[in-house]
Amino acid sequence: MHLELSGLTKSFGSLVANDQIDLVISPGEIHCLLGENGAGKSTLMNMLYGLLQPDSGEIVIDGEKVAITSPSDAIKHRIGMVHQHFMLVPVFTVAENIMLGRENTHPGGVLDRKKANALVTELSERYGFEVNPEAMVEDIPVGVQQRVEIIKALTNDARVLILDEPTAVLTPAEIDELIAVMRQLKENGTSIVFITHKLKEVKAIADKITVIRRGKVVGQAEPSASEEELAELMVGRAVDLVVDKEPAQPGEPVLRIEGLTVIDERGFTAVDGVDLEVRAGEILAVAGVQGNGQTELAEALLGLTPIAAGRISLDGKDLTGVTTRQRLDAGIGYIPEDRGHDGFVGSFSVAENLVLDLFRREPFGKGLRLRTDEIEKNANERIEEFDIRTQGADLPVSSLSGGNQQKVVLARELSRPVKLLVASQPTRGVDVGSIEFLHTRIVKERDQGTAVLIVSTELDEIAALSDRVAVMYRGKVVGVVPSDTPRDELGLMMAGVPRTEAHEVAIENPTTLGTI
Amino acid sequence: MSTDTTTEPAQVPAGPGDQSRRSGLPSWAVQGLVSLSAILLALLVGAVLIIIGDDQVKAALGYFGAAPMDTFSAAFSAVGNAYKALAVGALGGVTPITESLTAATPLICGGLAVSLAFRTGLFNIGAQGQLIVGAILAAWVGFAWHLPPGIHLIAAILAGLVGGAIWGGVVGLLKARTGAHEVIVTIMLNYVAIYLLQWLLTTTTFKRPGREDPISPIVDANAQYPQFGSTRLHVGFFLALAAAAFVWWLLNRSTIGFELRAVGANADASRTAGMSVGRAYFIAMLVAGALAGLAGSQQVLGTDLPLTDGVAASVGFDSITVALLGRGTPLGTVLAGLLFGALNAGGLQMQLQTQTPLTLTTVLQAVIVLFVAAPALVRSVFRFLPKERGVGAVLAKGWNG
Amino acid sequence: MSESIKTAETRLAPAPASIEGPAERVRRLRVGGLMLVFALIGLGLGIGTNGGKATFQLVSGDLENNLVGIPAQPVAILLGALGLLAAVAYVMRRVPTKYAGWLAAVLGVCFIGAFLCWAAAGKVFPLANQFQGTLNFATPLILGALAGVLCERAGVINIAIEGQFLVGAFTAAVVASTTGSAVAALIAAALTGVLMASLLAVFSIKYLVNQVVLGVVLVVFASGITGYLFDQFLQEDSANLNTLDVLSAVKIPLLGDIPFFGPILFQQTVLVYLTYIAVALVTFVLFQTRWGLRVRAVGEHPKAADTVGIKVKRVRYSAVLWAGVLAGLGGAFFTVGYAGSFSKGMTAGNGFIALAALIMGRWHPIGAMVAALFFGFATQLQSQLQIIQTPIPGELLLMAPYLATIIAVAGLVGRVRAPKADGEPYVTE
Repeated sequence: MHLELSGLTKSFGSLVANDQIDLVISPGEIHCLLGENGAGKSTLMNMLYGLLQPDSGEIVIDGEKVAITSPSDAIKHRIGMVHQHFMLVPVFTVAENIMLGRENTHPGGVLDRKKANALVTELSERYGFEVNPEAMVEDIPVGVQQRVEIIKALTNDARVLILDEPTAVLTPAEIDELIAVMRQLKENGTSIVFITHKLKEVKAIADKITVIRRGKVVGQAEPSASEEELAELMVGRAVDLVVDKEPAQPGEPVLRIEGLTVIDERGFTAVDGVDLEVRAGEILAVAGVQGNGQTELAEALLGLTPIAAGRISLDGKDLTGVTTRQRLDAGIGYIPEDRGHDGFVGSFSVAENLVLDLFRREPFGKGLRLRTDEIEKNANERIEEFDIRTQGADLPVSSLSGGNQQKVVLARELSRPVKLLVASQPTRGVDVGSIEFLHTRIVKERDQGTAVLIVSTELDEIAALSDRVAVMYRGKVVGVVPSDTPRDELGLMMAGVPRTEAHEVAIENPTTLGTI
Repeated sequence: MSTDTTTEPAQVPAGPGDQSRRSGLPSWAVQGLVSLSAILLALLVGAVLIIIGDDQVKAALGYFGAAPMDTFSAAFSAVGNAYKALAVGALGGVTPITESLTAATPLICGGLAVSLAFRTGLFNIGAQGQLIVGAILAAWVGFAWHLPPGIHLIAAILAGLVGGAIWGGVVGLLKARTGAHEVIVTIMLNYVAIYLLQWLLTTTTFKRPGREDPISPIVDANAQYPQFGSTRLHVGFFLALAAAAFVWWLLNRSTIGFELRAVGANADASRTAGMSVGRAYFIAMLVAGALAGLAGSQQVLGTDLPLTDGVAASVGFDSITVALLGRGTPLGTVLAGLLFGALNAGGLQMQLQTQTPLTLTTVLQAVIVLFVAAPALVRSVFRFLPKERGVGAVLAKGWNG
Repeated sequence: MSESIKTAETRLAPAPASIEGPAERVRRLRVGGLMLVFALIGLGLGIGTNGGKATFQLVSGDLENNLVGIPAQPVAILLGALGLLAAVAYVMRRVPTKYAGWLAAVLGVCFIGAFLCWAAAGKVFPLANQFQGTLNFATPLILGALAGVLCERAGVINIAIEGQFLVGAFTAAVVASTTGSAVAALIAAALTGVLMASLLAVFSIKYLVNQVVLGVVLVVFASGITGYLFDQFLQEDSANLNTLDVLSAVKIPLLGDIPFFGPILFQQTVLVYLTYIAVALVTFVLFQTRWGLRVRAVGEHPKAADTVGIKVKRVRYSAVLWAGVLAGLGGAFFTVGYAGSFSKGMTAGNGFIALAALIMGRWHPIGAMVAALFFGFATQLQSQLQIIQTPIPGELLLMAPYLATIIAVAGLVGRVRAPKADGEPYVTE
């Protein structure tokens, strides 16, 4: 199928998310759409899939102009999409999710479950997926959920398959498996649009690369281009891919975690007897595939999730049973994983968000009285210091870009004395400029003697920031390794392979990304 | 770091500040215009109801073919008479105005009870129950105790506050401790309060000696809100205004209010920032309950004087519509309370003079709020209205929230 | 690739933890504490029961035959003790978590049994009447709760069941009075139920009005409009507009002859039979048909449904409107099924009890039915106990459904969640 997008434009209010975008997808090619967070890749693909309507421009399939006003139109034109946030109903079985919208029924609209199960089994065998059709989606790991998404698209006979940031939830070895599936599909003539902001993946996978910046196509590139070239094209200037940092000068242990166990709402063990230590002046990164207990570990440190067993202490002071507020007061700074959800109050102003955990303290709060003038003064100082791009301290923080929102959170957490900084996915969904800023600030904090704990699923980020890496798998720490540990070795540990074994296996079985 | 860094475009709709700026009007003006339009539309709906219920219109419709204008003029005069009676009954003179203010008094307090909870992210459907329990305690202190002037009134009002605070606080406590959804708990507690009141009025403590019907003794003169001259307007009205001022201060100028608003807008982020979400829920419901209890004291110490099983009338439920029309702000709540008070007072006169049932005002209130809550609908009728954010937008959450 | 790096398939979901999580522990102690309180009250009732026999009347109206007498005190004490055993077993975690719910059920039955023995000691308790009345009172509750299930499974919160009841009751009364046809009355009630539902649907789905707010306002609206029309028309001409024959019971051949249960279950009005059918139908449709799958999908994850080509809003509209049919029929019960005329506010909060039944029933049609039956039982018990004169004030028994709901949402529902997108409007750019 030959797909052509020409002059697609979409704006949200005053913001032009896509500006006159042209794109040609040839049959059987893997076409990478490269651009940093917020560049407009997803907007473009959502228009192609009928979830958004373009303001102008057209979509041409095999020489014919088509209107795609809803996902059903897209499905009709044999376009499939695997969304970054999976579009699966968690309380449905795999088979129910796959039949949804294209149900086989007996007379009277009664579901034919047998047929659906058979279909799932057949497709998963064809692509080597091993998916149980009767498993509840919420009970299966994210990697398998992604396969269910792919099967879903395939059952609709997609000829163009859009994959939106598909590697975020996978280990390097799983990424290899995904690449294999993509190649298999390509051989059958399916075109694949692969959306990503990760340079290594692009080089490993793409037949063709289109780079998008600030809503515009800024150029094409060959997979043979260097990472530096791609980065420059993507960001619009030379990018320093390595964070400048001196070797760590670790001091005394600040954070001590002993035998920490967290049991989640559903009664499953999320964190399983974790022991960790973070010293002053070092950055310990917790690596792992999404959903292996890192989130719960961070939340337990802050007292946001109750713990079933174990001990947490900061500078020798036991924090195990105390409230979140007491932990913050004891000197923990926290950047939560999902900032829109936990990091700030979207409808509050920038100024109010900058004192969200400080408003009771002098000078902002005096007894029951709230000092609005002091809050405003503080806001102007922080905006200056952290280069927060906003048109005013009184504007709601939801009107800021992701990167600037994250700066608000960081600015707030660093505006009081902090002994330990816990940062979960500090740069997720953030543009490169802000990433550089955030990384630099975090390293600066380390150099001032703060203990830093970073939780990240991005191996690039871990490599850039960490002094030591703890790898988590199914709630346990598989091992703590130096930051220069090869990517493949980390990847294997993220799949639960013990360190010693991982070292050998990684040398014997290099993955695609690991060798670039 | 270079300064020409890409600013990532925010993929979120612009905030309310932005949008009203686009229309060139401050957001309160836009909201006021929408509210006025909603009132106008509701009056139109009411007019239709008046017309279909009017005997003369019915008669004229019988010979519609012969003299169609008769039908229209009958319809016009029916609507005109009814609304004139409503307006005169609400505003036409000292007595009507004081009646409107009297009716507005408990609505303002009840409305504040709902608004304050709203701002903390809670739906307080339970103003009715809180009001009833407040009225029970206020009445009991009012007729069973005998204290000197001044002190007795204060004691009775405090009893009302405590009663309401208990009934509201339980909700906050349950929500904080067990996650029980406040909508369910408040609805259920409304009925528990009603049955509690009915039962109490059968007991010797509460039943007026010599009476078989559910009615309590009259509260002591010392425990009654002083009235203005021969009108029914009482000091409670100014207490209501003071309560509104207090709620404004609490929400906007106090650390507690900061916490309440933060929890209301994003409980997860507030918890992450070290606030105790449960404590905020408890405080909000405690204060909200006390405000509704104040309304209860106004009913029983200001207007009704004995306690009956109809003491709350529908004030608690009307409070919800008052708060919605007032968009959760203290000033808006006062204005909405005044409007609905006027509608209620005027509606009584309308019923007396034109036989248009008082229940029409209930319909009017519901329709006004319905329109206010759906500004897009109002705009589709009045196209000139600028855009604004819907009233419920921030609070759109389900049972899991 | 070597065997040791088999990845995703082997990364199965974590197994349930062998130790109890803190949240679970709190829940167990809280629920267990409550169970203990009830068990002790039950046992106390048993001990406080008068000597003598409690007599249960098995055929309503028959005071001579079909009476069962039991020694009240020993039975009550036995039941109380059994209940205590269940409560203790729960608190001590002596039963696998899977079956813990059964312990609560055992306790509930024992408690009610002990209570009945206590109340009926030395008297005759009309048991058949009790069950018949239970079914009667439960009928509108079940229909209303089913309406709620349909709406909320599709992601639209329906607090306005009370309002739908009111308009259903009103139209049924007017149509039955003017046409004399019960069938016409039921159809009219269903249609006005749909009309009210369409307000709910349009305002929530199209205009994105907060659904809790909307529900409350719609109840006010319904009470206003039925009140207005009642004042304006029905009161003036109640002989023609508001006087009707109550539905008569229809005995189902064979089934109606089963001893004890026959008269209770199968000598009922058409409306009750419609309710049986509705429970079965809603359960089947929701879980076994294409429409049901889509309804649940748009209630859980509307965007996922959208991406597979399902028209989210259309499915939501259809669910809410069909729910209107059920709620309207539920409303008809109050006039054509029970009272014989309409009066202002006659549904008296039953719509909210239906909402409670829906929540206690965990958004499942069968669960909702069980909860509605329990509420019907409590309401009927109140009137029975007034007849046989017990020291318990009727008002306190009337509170029971509401208190039970509070207890349930505080102790039990905390764990079960509503459909995930319940109450969230679906917005597309």
